[in-house]
Amino acid sequence: MAKHRISVTINGAAREAEVESRLLLVHLIREVFRMTGTHVGCDTSHCGACTVILDGNPVKSCTVLAVQADGAKITTVEGLEQGGKLHPVQEGFTEKHGLQCGFCTPGMLMTTSALLERNKNPSEQQIREAIAGNLCRCTGYVNIVKAVQYAAEKMR
Amino acid sequence: MSEPRTDAKICGMGHSMKRKEDPRFIRGQGRYIDDFVLPGMLYMDIVRSPHAHARIKKIDTTRALKIPGVLAVIDGPTLAKYNLHWMPTISADTQMVLPIDEVMYQAQEVCAVIATERYIAADGVDAVEVEYEPLPVMVDPHKSLAPGAPVLRKDKEGKKDNLAFHWQAGDKADAERALAASDVVISENVYLPRIHVASMETCGCIADFDTAQGKLTVYMTTQAPHAVRTVLALVAGHVGLSEERIRVVSPDIGGGFGGKVPVYPGYVVATFARDYHMKVELGAKKDGTMTSLKIKTVADHGYSNASANPSKFPAGLFSICTGSYDLKHAFCEVDAAYTHKPPGGVAYRCSFRVTEAVHAIERATDALAQKLNMDPAELRMKNFIKPEQFPYKSVLGWEYDSGNYGVALKKAMDIIGYDSLRSEQAEKRKKGELMGIGISSFTEIVGAGPSRDFDILGIKMFDSAEIRVHPTGKAIARFGTKSQGQGHETTYAQIVAEELGIPAAHIQVEEGDTDTAPYGLGTYASRSTPTSGAAAALASRKIRDKAKKIAAHLLEVSEQDLEWEPGKFFVKGAPQMAKTIQECAFAAYTNHPQGMEAGLEAVHYYDPPNLTFPFGSYICVVDIDRGTGDVKVRRFVAVDDCGNIINPMIVEGQIHGGLTQGIGPALYEEISYDDEGNISGGSFMDYYVPTALETPHWETDKTTTPSPHHPFGAKGVGESATVGAPPAIANAVVDALRHLGVTHLDIPITPEKVWTILKNKGVAE
Repeated sequence: MAKHRISVTINGAAREAEVESRLLLVHLIREVFRMTGTHVGCDTSHCGACTVILDGNPVKSCTVLAVQADGAKITTVEGLEQGGKLHPVQEGFTEKHGLQCGFCTPGMLMTTSALLERNKNPSEQQIREAIAGNLCRCTGYVNIVKAVQYAAEKMR
Repeated sequence: MSEPRTDAKICGMGHSMKRKEDPRFIRGQGRYIDDFVLPGMLYMDIVRSPHAHARIKKIDTTRALKIPGVLAVIDGPTLAKYNLHWMPTISADTQMVLPIDEVMYQAQEVCAVIATERYIAADGVDAVEVEYEPLPVMVDPHKSLAPGAPVLRKDKEGKKDNLAFHWQAGDKADAERALAASDVVISENVYLPRIHVASMETCGCIADFDTAQGKLTVYMTTQAPHAVRTVLALVAGHVGLSEERIRVVSPDIGGGFGGKVPVYPGYVVATFARDYHMKVELGAKKDGTMTSLKIKTVADHGYSNASANPSKFPAGLFSICTGSYDLKHAFCEVDAAYTHKPPGGVAYRCSFRVTEAVHAIERATDALAQKLNMDPAELRMKNFIKPEQFPYKSVLGWEYDSGNYGVALKKAMDIIGYDSLRSEQAEKRKKGELMGIGISSFTEIVGAGPSRDFDILGIKMFDSAEIRVHPTGKAIARFGTKSQGQGHETTYAQIVAEELGIPAAHIQVEEGDTDTAPYGLGTYASRSTPTSGAAAALASRKIRDKAKKIAAHLLEVSEQDLEWEPGKFFVKGAPQMAKTIQECAFAAYTNHPQGMEAGLEAVHYYDPPNLTFPFGSYICVVDIDRGTGDVKVRRFVAVDDCGNIINPMIVEGQIHGGLTQGIGPALYEEISYDDEGNISGGSFMDYYVPTALETPHWETDKTTTPSPHHPFGAKGVGESATVGAPPAIANAVVDALRHLGVTHLDIPITPEKVWTILKNKGVAE
C-alpha cells in the first residue's frame, strides 16, 4: 500500500510520520505518536470518544484519514493543560463529577473546550446540543452540563 | 448519618470528596486495555458468521496466510487438538470457543486471525473464505420450547428439548387459589427486550506468556479478575496452565455495567442481555389490597446459558418480584429456552434480574390501579410493607433488612407536585393533549451474598479487603472487587479514613491485579459496598484494635483507659494524653510491645449475613407529540434510599447514570432479530443510546434508612436507578394513553409504537 510522508503540529510540537493511505487519524495519534489519551469507543463515528481539535474544529478522529491531517494543527486531551495549569473544562469535570469511567472524557473535554472557544456563555440547551455527538454511558450528562457551566464561568 | 463525623482533612464517610481517579482521567492518562503495548505483541481479529445457523463446509485460509504479517489463522479444529474448543459458561453451561462444524448464531466467532498489526489482522479477516450451508433457524423461544421442536444443543448427550433450565419460587397452588379468590385480577404480557450494555470501551484482552518463568499474564477488561484467573486454570489446566502461574490484570475499565463479568470466546463480545417474556397476573380485593401475584416467564437464552448469576439462582434474584408490597401469596417461574441467538441472559446493570422483576410488579401495579380506577400512588401507599414490619420476610423467601417506602414516595410526590400535575393532566386531556405521570416504587436486592446460598461455580460470594498501614502512617488498601467508573479509589479510601482517622488522601486503593489483591468475586450487582466496603471497615477495625494496644503501651495505661476519636486514642479524663494513629503506626514498626507481632495490617474476607435492600420512588412526567408519537420526559424525580452514604457526590452520579441507562431501554434501545436470526441493533448505527438531547435534567433526593446488618449501615446503589426507572417511564406513557383504552406497552416505547396507537385510535395529528 502506498505510503505518504505527512507532518502535523500536535499539541504545539511538530511531528512527522510515514503512513499508509488508509491509516486513521486516531491511530496516527494513538499508535504512531503513542498518545493514548484519545480513545476509540466505536467504529461508526457515533460515540465521539476520539474527538480532537483539528485546525480549531472538533472532529471525530476515527473518521479522518491521517493523510487528510497533513499540515494541520491538532490538539488532543494531552494538550489541554498548559504550563501545569489545568484547562477550565478539566477543572470543571473534576469539580462537578462530570466523569466516572473516564473513557468518553477526553472526547467530551475536546468538544466542550471547542464550544467555549466559540461561545463564552452557552445555555444548557446549547451545551447539550454541542455534546450530542459524544456519548457517555456513566454520568447521565447532567454533571457534564454543570462542568461546562463551571468552566464557562471561570473563563469569563 | 446526616453530618460527617470526620473533618475535611480526614474526609471520611459523608464527604463529597473529589475523586482520586480524576487527575489521571482528565489528562488522558488513564490506562485502558487498548493503551498497552508489549514487546512483540500481536493482534487478533475475528471472522464472524453471517448466518444464525449453518454448517461450516470449508474454511479456506490460503489467501489470508499469503498476506505479509498474517501469522496464523486459528479455527475450531486447531483448538480441538488441544481440547480447547469448548469452554464452560459462568452458569455451568458450555459454549464453543470456536466451532468445528456448525455455527449457532449470527456474529458467532468462526476463526481468529493473528497478525503483526491491527490493520493486517483485519485484512486477514477479509481474506478468510468460509463456505456455509445455511440450516433452519429458531428465533422464537416459545416455539423452541414447544413439543417436537428440533433440538438445538445436539452436543449435549441425551438432550431431547431446548429447555436450558426451569426455575421457580413460591407455592403455585396457593398463589392460584388466592388469585381465584380475588375480586379483581389483571393479566398482562410484559416483554423486556434484549439490550446491550454498550459501555464506551469495548471488551479486550492481551495475553503475555513468559516462557522463561512459565507464567501467563492476562490483561483483560474484567469486572471479576480473580474469578477469571480460576476459570482460566480450570479451562486450560490440562495444557499446563496452573493457577499460581496465572496473573490477571484488570486495568482502568471504560464502563462495565455487567457486560465485563462473563468470559467470552476469544474474549470478544457479540451481543447480549436479557429477553424476558413475562405473563404477570396480580389479584386484589375491591379496596385495592393486593392478594396474590403469579408470573410465568419464558427467557430467551440464545444458544447457551451464559448468564453471570449465582449458581443456585439461574434466574437471578427474580423472586424479589413481590417488590415493595405486602403480598401474602406469590409464585413465579422461569423456563429458559435455547434459540439461535447469541448467548443471552447476561446481566445489564440489573442486580441479577431485578430489572425484570421490578418491571413486572410495577407495571402490574399500575395496570391494577387502572382497573380499580384508583390513583396509582394511593394504591402503592395502601400496599407498601409498613416500616414496623421490618425485617420483613417475603412470601418468596427474602428477608428485607430495612425500608420506609411511604416516606420516599411522599417525598417524590411533594418534590414533583403530584396533585397539581394530576390537575394539569385533566385540563390537558380536555384539550386533547397527551400528558402522563408515571410512578415506580421499587425495592432492590443487592450485595450477593451470604455464603450459605451464594456462589459462582462453587466459589462463595464473599469479598475482601487487605489494608497495610506503613510506618509513616500512610496506607495501602487492596480489594477483591474492580471499579469500572464507580470511584472505588475514593470511596474505599473514605471508609478506611472513617474507621482509622487516616486522611483519605493518604490511602492508596488498588484493585484488579490478582498477584497483589486479595481474592474476591468482583464488582457487579451493586455488591462492592455491601461486601468489600464492609470488609474495608472490618479490616480497619482489626487494625484499630491493634493500634489501641500500641497506644496503651506508649502511654503506659491500660487499654480500658483509652477512648477513640477519629485519628487518635486519648486517656479518659485526660485528653492531652493522646497518641495519633500515625504515632501508633510508627511504633508498630519501631517500638512495638514485647510479645506483639510487628507491623500494622489486616485482611478481612466479609461474608454478609444478608443481602441489602435499597429502595426508592421515582415519578416522571411525559408529554407525547400527537404528530410523531415522540415521548418527551419533561421531569423526572428520583428519591433513593441506599442507607448510609459514603460519598454523596458519587452516589448522585451513580443515580444520574443509572437513570439514563433506564430511559434508554424504556424508550430507545432494543436488539431485535428477524426470522432468519439477523441482528438489528448490532451497532450504534441502529442501536440508539440516549444522548444529552434526549436525557432530561434528573432531579434527585434521598431518604436514609440504614441497613441494620451492614457494618456502617450502607446498601448498594449502583443499579437502583437502572432497575427503577424503566417502569416509571412506561407507566407514564400508558397513563398518558389510558383514556384511549391502553393498559400496557412493551418497552422500548418508540415513536413508531406510540404513533401507531394514536393513528388506530384516531387521535394522531
